[in-house]
Amino acid sequence: MPAPIRLRELIRTIRTARTQAEEREMIQKECAAIRSSFREEDNTYRCRNVAKLLYMHMLGYPAHFGQLECLKLIASQKFTDKRIGYLGAMLLLDERQDVHLLMTNCIKNDLNHSTQYVQGLALCTLGCMGSSEMCRDLAGEVEKLLKTSNSYLRKKAALCAVHVIRKVPELMEMFLPATKNLLSEKNHGVLHTSVVLLTEMCERSPDMLAHFRKLVPQLVRILKNLIMSGYSPEHDVSGISDPFLQVRILRLLRILGKSDDDSSEAMNDILAQVATNTETSKNVGNAILYETVLTIMDIKSESGLRVLAINILGRFLLNNDKNIRYVALTSLLKTVQTDHNAVQRHRSTIVDCLKDLDVSIKRRAMELSFALVNGNNIRGMMKELLYFLDSCDPEFKADCASGVFLAAEKYGTDSLTSLHVTAVLSCVLAGSYVRDDSVPNLIQLITNSVEMHAYTVQRLYKALLDDISQQPLVQVASWCIGEYGDLLVSGQCEEEEPIQDEVLDVLEGLLVSNLSTPVTRGYALTAIMKLSTRFSSVNRIKKVVSIYGSSIDVELQQRAVEYNALFKKYDHMRANPNPNIAVITIHASNSTEAEMTDFVFQAAVPKTFQLQLLSPSSNVVPALNQGTVTQVIRVLNPQKQQLRMRIKLTYTHKGSPVQDLAEVNNFPPQSWQ
Amino acid sequence: MIKAILIFNNHGKPRLSKFYEHYTEDTEQQIIRETFHLVSKRDENVCNFLEGGMLIGGSDYKLIYRHYATLYFVFCVDSSESELGILDLIQVFVETLDKCFENVCELDLIFHVDKVHNILAEMVMGGMVLETNMNEIITQVDAQNKMEKSETRQPETIS
Repeated sequence: MPAPIRLRELIRTIRTARTQAEEREMIQKECAAIRSSFREEDNTYRCRNVAKLLYMHMLGYPAHFGQLECLKLIASQKFTDKRIGYLGAMLLLDERQDVHLLMTNCIKNDLNHSTQYVQGLALCTLGCMGSSEMCRDLAGEVEKLLKTSNSYLRKKAALCAVHVIRKVPELMEMFLPATKNLLSEKNHGVLHTSVVLLTEMCERSPDMLAHFRKLVPQLVRILKNLIMSGYSPEHDVSGISDPFLQVRILRLLRILGKSDDDSSEAMNDILAQVATNTETSKNVGNAILYETVLTIMDIKSESGLRVLAINILGRFLLNNDKNIRYVALTSLLKTVQTDHNAVQRHRSTIVDCLKDLDVSIKRRAMELSFALVNGNNIRGMMKELLYFLDSCDPEFKADCASGVFLAAEKYGTDSLTSLHVTAVLSCVLAGSYVRDDSVPNLIQLITNSVEMHAYTVQRLYKALLDDISQQPLVQVASWCIGEYGDLLVSGQCEEEEPIQDEVLDVLEGLLVSNLSTPVTRGYALTAIMKLSTRFSSVNRIKKVVSIYGSSIDVELQQRAVEYNALFKKYDHMRANPNPNIAVITIHASNSTEAEMTDFVFQAAVPKTFQLQLLSPSSNVVPALNQGTVTQVIRVLNPQKQQLRMRIKLTYTHKGSPVQDLAEVNNFPPQSWQ
Repeated sequence: MIKAILIFNNHGKPRLSKFYEHYTEDTEQQIIRETFHLVSKRDENVCNFLEGGMLIGGSDYKLIYRHYATLYFVFCVDSSESELGILDLIQVFVETLDKCFENVCELDLIFHVDKVHNILAEMVMGGMVLETNMNEIITQVDAQNKMEKSETRQPETIS
């Protein structure tokens, strides 16, 4: 049999393939050749065959039949074989395969090998993919190597220990003695990985954290030496001495100083020093500065230092380098809760970042802007954010609309009502980007801004003419039309207004459209019904309502039947409805995963009122907003007092009884005046 | 923690893929494709950090990348890594490759992917940064290559 081709040959051959199919064919041919070669159990060529297999694996072709071969290579005496074998094991194997346990013995032997590079390979592999069993078996060997004076092995052992601890946290204790003099190492590689190991231990165990706090002075000293040591060619990166180690130490200091006054105090000076002395013309300097800022913000630093840190971030925001601006925005987002005022000072720069071309920066700036909105700046911020909502990419619209809505709700005041409602409308017109659960909130908002009713209903009606697919929009629009339909056709709007029949056409269209969800249909039907008191085409409405009295949709049917009853039994009220009676319809919906059964709604009113509860549509509220229970309440309010109500909900949810009490005081004035 | 290190060219062809967490072969290929898709859409003058890939790690997962000529170097990391620090690390990696291959180009990576793995293994282990000193890395890699060479007086060379 001819010798298997070299990897180089295979690569050359594959590169000549002009189509995917051709490439696949070549690969399959070579795989077959490799399989036969494996069957011959020839040690000489195993190495190159596995190398080829790994190459094919990278391209996306299956290579699992080489797993055992990797093990054979690992067991070989030759370094070349071991090197490829271990690489193959790391790429092809994982702890889900039983095969991988066979490696344990080999690794154990290799951890004790006379050649450091073989030991290195074993440590590397164990540290990358060792399973919990393997880690348990071999932790002792790793611990031994952690104490060796060979810095090459020591640094690898440290990272391997991290992996062992991650896999088997109980073993953390056994590495404690070995950490004693890790920080006295001169070798930066060992120092670096030691700090990583210490960090891992501190993050996992509060006891370890307390234990290692005593290392703070030593860490501060090391950091100081790095900064003050002057030019050291060995560790120099762009004029800074081992920036990677500096960043690691700063991170460990952060963890040690958090919530601890003494440690925080011990590091105050060095942090100030790094913050003021670090050269920022290159990225490495900025990386250190950034880490310093994060540490200052996280520990119990004195306020002067904190202000220094935020100002550094502010400077970062003006940096030409986009990466710097990005990390600045990210950090400011983390600190905006605790240092709100300091971050507010940079608000205008942050808002400018909304116009950046970079998507990542825009997103950060948006999140930060929302965090900075308050009662004082709402007007200006809302303008900027609405502009952003209008012009931003679709991927942002959902979150932006949500944010705008929340901000308007939280900080909008009466004097800002028009701004408020415009914001709200923008959200709704952003369509399905608004979440379903904000529909009732939106309706409440619109109700409260009385002078905007005409404008609102007109805009929403127009939007409906264009597009009836976005359910939240349709629901809010239907509700508004039902409630303010008289304003829509009355000549109060500036533009051409529709006639009654057109409006009813639109609403009926919603009822029959495939795009409408059952909830939406409910809204539409109710809206049509309400228009019977506002429009003159009562007969048409009566007809529509009676059709739906036999609808398959139980919800619609229920409503239609009730509305029909209103037409029949209470028609006399239509002519001169008792102004002292407020008719309130409650809709109960359930967004949880389990339905609510035995649902009972009770209400109590002050003595001067009289309450009549008509029977509910059902006692079961379906899960996941799949339907509602409606109930009509009639409240007699002869003294025209402000309506207040105490309500009690009882139901069974997931087998247990639930009771909910609440007071409702915010009935809109027009309901009882 | 670094979850994955990927190198691919401007057409999405993988030149190196190293995963530090286990995924099935299909998922690995999917991740490579998704990462290429996200990264290749980026303008030249935007920042080097991307969120948005869903396959690895969900929300605690960023892509930090650098584009050199025909190659993308992408490190997929979680929030425990410093973004700027990783950028520096990519720089060290590329400079090391440059030294080892003498003015490295895509062809070098294509024909010597095992060597690239060996270099990477001296820099990152188990998803954590092992060594950042370029000279140190090169010294170790050279010593191991010498060992390989001394063994191979027989017809066994890998590539």
